[in-house]
Amino acid sequence: MKVLIVGCGRVGGLLAGRLDAEGHEVTIIDENRAQFEKNLPQSFNGATVLGSGIDMDVLRGAGIAEVEAFVIVTQGDNRNIMGAQIAKEIFGVRRVLCKINDPIRAQTYRGHGIETWSRTTILSEIIHDLLTGREKESGTLLDRARRREAILAGDVVPES
Amino acid sequence: MYFVIAGGGQVGFHLAQALIEAGHEVMIIEEERRRAQWIQEQLGNIVLTGSADEGRFLLEAGCQRADAVIAATGDDPVNLVVCQMAQIHCRVPRVIARVNDPKNEIVFKKLGIEETVSSTRVLMSVIEQELPMRGLVPIMPLVTAGLEIVEAEIADDSPAAGKPIRDLRLPDGATVGCIVRKRALVRARADERLQPGDRIIAFTPTAAETEVRKALVG
Repeated sequence: MKVLIVGCGRVGGLLAGRLDAEGHEVTIIDENRAQFEKNLPQSFNGATVLGSGIDMDVLRGAGIAEVEAFVIVTQGDNRNIMGAQIAKEIFGVRRVLCKINDPIRAQTYRGHGIETWSRTTILSEIIHDLLTGREKESGTLLDRARRREAILAGDVVPES
Repeated sequence: MYFVIAGGGQVGFHLAQALIEAGHEVMIIEEERRRAQWIQEQLGNIVLTGSADEGRFLLEAGCQRADAVIAATGDDPVNLVVCQMAQIHCRVPRVIARVNDPKNEIVFKKLGIEETVSSTRVLMSVIEQELPMRGLVPIMPLVTAGLEIVEAEIADDSPAAGKPIRDLRLPDGATVGCIVRKRALVRARADERLQPGDRIIAFTPTAAETEVRKALVG
């Protein structure tokens, strides 16, 4: 599978190294060259591209038109949302995965053809389970995190 | 009318001031507490401290009854998300985004934000008007009509030089508005012949700018 990853932080670097080792064709973008050295394994054989992951020219140069999956995991929620929409709406990438830590924004953009997840709800679900013993709700961790996001969003989204 | 402005920087603050002076109701959402306090001292109790990209602050600011939301921060991704959240959660009839990187204008349009203002592009067009003319200068977009007002100077070697307006090869939907000749306004009659040195103010569909350039500039 051809994968384009934006953001070479801890998560991006770890994921890129793992997919590369499994034989996938990986390209990773970051604005800061030092991040590649810091977070990619020595054995990484994929391509690295220096530039902004929300710049259409950079994305085009990184081969976004040919990838099957686009993953954006930079620090900024809004940057991730913008990059994910560029991948989906402008370049028509089939699978777009986007980290959005604000649960409400994660819920809002999930319906727009983008697969979102929030570290906030996932971590709090894990910690809650560890503290209170068995998980009380059914479903996978991701299911439960997403249910939590929907509830949180429901608190502020008016009935339509 | 009621306007919600995201971002109380130079742009947001002065815009708010102008709108208030024009008799409108305004609410600014500003993230930084000290800046928010300063705005409050200047303009009164019209500031909400918070980040406008979080849905709850848009709701708290009363976006559901706003006539327009203007995203005026210096950060393009924030402006995009503010406009989209306002559309999705508050059904605001009109959203306007400030675009800092002119490249993002086209991105915003493709992602559903039709009205954008790029200060860089506005500045560029002002400067281009001051410099010797080299082609077609965009004066102003008429966003809702999908039109652009443009200006072109007729050079000696322009394909339009010496031609009456009716013989110009303008694309469908484009029209000459008027001619500025030696600092005077000349009406754009069909039989009016264009002369070198004339400045043409024309209306063009945004998509047909290149053809208008070919017809007037070459």
